[in-house]
Amino acid sequence: MTVERVLTGQDTVAQATASPDQPQPYAELGLTAPEYQRIRDLLGRRPTDAELALYSVMWSEHCSYKSSKVHLRQFGEKAPASDALLAGIGANAGVVDIGGGWAVTFKIESHNHPSYVEPHQGAATGVGGIVRDILAMGARPVAVMDALRFGAADAPDTRRVLPGVVSGISFYGNCLGLPNIGGELAFDPCYAGNPLVNALCVGVMRHGDLRLATADGPGNQVILLGSRTGPDGIGGASVLASATFGAEGGSAKRPSVQVGDPFLEKLLIECCLELYREDLVTGIQDLGAAGVACATTELAAAGTGGMRVRLDAVPLRDPALGPPEILMSESQERMMAVVTPADVPRFLEVCARWGVQATVIGEVTGTGRLEMTWHGETVVDIPPGTAADEGPVYHRPLARPDSQDALAANDPDALPRPGDGPALRDTLLTLLAAPGLADPSWVTEQYDRYVRGDTVLATPEDGGLIRVDQESGLGVALATDGNGRYTLLDPYAGAQLALAEAYRNVAATGARPLAVTNCLNFGSPEDPGVMWQFAEAVRGLADGCATLGVPVTGGNVSFYNQTGQTAIKPTPVIGVLGVHADVRRRLSIGFGTEGAPIVLLGRTGDEFGGSAWAQVVHGHVGGRPPRVDLAAEQALATLLADAAAAGVLSAAHDLSDGGLALALAESCLRGGLGARVTLPGDPFTFLFSESAARAVVAVRPGAEAEFARLCAGQGVPAETIGLVGGSLLDVAGSFTVPLEELGRVHQGPLPALFGPASSAPAITS
Amino acid sequence: MTARVGVITFPGSLDEDEAARAVRRAGGEPVALWHGERDLRGVDAVILPGGFSYGDYLRCGAIARFAPVMTELAAAARAGLPVLGICNGFQILCEAHLLPGALTRNAGLHFVSRDVRLRIESTRTAWTRAYAAGQEITVPLKSGEGAYAADDRTLAALEAGGQVVIRYLANPNGSARDIAGVSNEAGNVVGLMPHPEYATDGLTGPGTDGLGFFASAVSALAEVAR
Repeated sequence: MTVERVLTGQDTVAQATASPDQPQPYAELGLTAPEYQRIRDLLGRRPTDAELALYSVMWSEHCSYKSSKVHLRQFGEKAPASDALLAGIGANAGVVDIGGGWAVTFKIESHNHPSYVEPHQGAATGVGGIVRDILAMGARPVAVMDALRFGAADAPDTRRVLPGVVSGISFYGNCLGLPNIGGELAFDPCYAGNPLVNALCVGVMRHGDLRLATADGPGNQVILLGSRTGPDGIGGASVLASATFGAEGGSAKRPSVQVGDPFLEKLLIECCLELYREDLVTGIQDLGAAGVACATTELAAAGTGGMRVRLDAVPLRDPALGPPEILMSESQERMMAVVTPADVPRFLEVCARWGVQATVIGEVTGTGRLEMTWHGETVVDIPPGTAADEGPVYHRPLARPDSQDALAANDPDALPRPGDGPALRDTLLTLLAAPGLADPSWVTEQYDRYVRGDTVLATPEDGGLIRVDQESGLGVALATDGNGRYTLLDPYAGAQLALAEAYRNVAATGARPLAVTNCLNFGSPEDPGVMWQFAEAVRGLADGCATLGVPVTGGNVSFYNQTGQTAIKPTPVIGVLGVHADVRRRLSIGFGTEGAPIVLLGRTGDEFGGSAWAQVVHGHVGGRPPRVDLAAEQALATLLADAAAAGVLSAAHDLSDGGLALALAESCLRGGLGARVTLPGDPFTFLFSESAARAVVAVRPGAEAEFARLCAGQGVPAETIGLVGGSLLDVAGSFTVPLEELGRVHQGPLPALFGPASSAPAITS
Repeated sequence: MTARVGVITFPGSLDEDEAARAVRRAGGEPVALWHGERDLRGVDAVILPGGFSYGDYLRCGAIARFAPVMTELAAAARAGLPVLGICNGFQILCEAHLLPGALTRNAGLHFVSRDVRLRIESTRTAWTRAYAAGQEITVPLKSGEGAYAADDRTLAALEAGGQVVIRYLANPNGSARDIAGVSNEAGNVVGLMPHPEYATDGLTGPGTDGLGFFASAVSALAEVAR
């Protein structure tokens, strides 16, 4: 029984009052019996079919955060004092002051389930959705990033999902004209039936340009602009994102995936920015999950409180749609604006210039009710707050799984380690060729990184860096990180390690970290073990942000990431935004200066729990993740930003997966020069340990003393381990590898797995 | 006198701002032109920038060639106005029959975004006279339908007439005879698949090798004016 067949457009408030006992398909819409009863209690009658549809999507996990709300509160309660925040959690996206009259807004969001069902369109519309969130704040979107996680790289289904996801992101983002400046690519069998596609967008505005999603002022007109409403994506949020995939796979759910039109979104962006410039908008909201239902209830609830909407005025792609479908449709490329009556004619003129359809569908009222009519009959009449803000809130049971003890006890100390130089060399080459650590160019070469002309750094750099102000050189850096292995072993520490890595990556570009967004990818909240993972991760992240002094400005929770009863590894993906005072002083990871001393920063311990080495070489995940030391992270980040500003570094690269060995190889390949290093202790530990709060830098020759003073000032341990130069990676006493071989091993795996992207190798700089 | 170089914006244009910046970096004055207007505003040269003019779901540039501004542009180009089409602009010029051949899906069927090495094959065009023949440069390429195609007779005529303007050193997309850019017979109309405008500032691009295309036109126009 499909939703479309059981709900009709004929059910009115009058009929609902007259037929109180008519059975309704609330369970099919994802509502529980108590939730359905609550709707009846709130309304004092049974809901109409349209109201039932509206509540079902608004109270879905995806839209209401009903299982996560009680935990997410910590982000506000523990938030560090920051005068940088212009708008925070609750808005479409957080807005951060970066100085010079500029503000930026950024957010990351999941599109996991649609991307499994239909990879190309699922990923494409994930980009489209997050871009509209940013646009709705009044900002011009300026860049995107994508954090992608798939099943085993050689699994047959990965060959369906990965190329489709990448082509979807490429198709949509490139056509919109947004540079794709970085992200992640990871593989783990746990994502085989549930890939993670997390899309981030950042936008830029002047301080005065901030827009809010409120419908204020009775008499103001409500305008729907952009695409016509069609039957695509009906119930996507309630039925799809809040359900798990069973053994039958996703084919039965295909109609729930939306179809994207990036050209229309490009027009919508330019149109909205022109509307903002002419000050023709009093409130605006994007249409994403739950479409018209969400936009009307949220605008009304945040504003004067009342709104009257003529649903039959909504332009349709399919004339057979009735009120429930119109409310639930997730057709893409739509926005809803609140406009004063005097501005409506000019508003419509601007839309016409861009070829964007715009239709007045209602008006703001002072009644405190959200009323919707369908050809004159009232089909919705509710207090909007009951749908938007007063949904169910669950204190889901949580319990630390018994398996945690066994996981922790299964430490990696017993794993055989490479004993001599040749074995260490083999280990490095094995890691370099692991799909999740190999050169991701097969993916990133399908994305336009240049468009808009302000991309200063992009993949394979540690973070993306975008110039905001051409005159002053002010810019913003962004990085996303997550590590399901660490988070599985210890969710509290894992979330902090993801935060620390993104924070470190931003600092490694020379920027100062300022704010945080997050995409929390977990299994079913109805599983107490998953809920414990979630609660611990949120607590860790909130505590970590408080300690590092970077507020969470917004984010997204994605539950039900599991196949049958098996949840994914808990995977909080953390995005950190930093400010770069002058992008001309950016740091690259590339070793490009012959004779530059190489300095290892931070303390290296014997830490292999959840490491890339343990997983890639031994298929082992166990023990403890690396120790978290946020004070050390802060000192390191300050040092890197100070050193970049002082111009004493020629390269900087954060250490994470694969440790120093991977970082050295990547820096050599990026810069086109070799390195000769002497390790200050056990070679295996120094090469492959994943101790946090570390980076490797190349110091500008002649600036060694000044850099040493900066390190001492921050109390960051610094050890000179070698020199940049030549065409070999030479680890004294252990092994050498020619750059040419490093490159071949690093660049080969993804084209071998997914087919040649094109007929010629890339130029290395 | 400063050369005034028009940059046409179609609804889905993406690279018009960087094209304008490149003109400015080369010493010219960029002039914004709108696809819906017939007026070329008396400019000395025109650039059709990259992007997805009208979404390009059909065939790249197939709709743009019918834009109002193209009527004037076609007449002016045939009369000798220097015209440069970059990426989508190249596709539009081919669709409008101002340049021979066509651009088709990349050999790998993927969008390809990377820095490519190019060799300047002809310096007699309005847009390449600032380069030396045989000079090798690095410029970003970013396109999904960038494979240049033409029949053998057309290709032979292009070679014989010196109309192959630039060639890839390593063919990234299956273009016939490694062709990355061509001109019309007169040499005033040039189409390039790679994006020289993104190689005019070492901070955001791979260097400044692309500046010569813009400098070629700007300095030639300045000389004419003297």
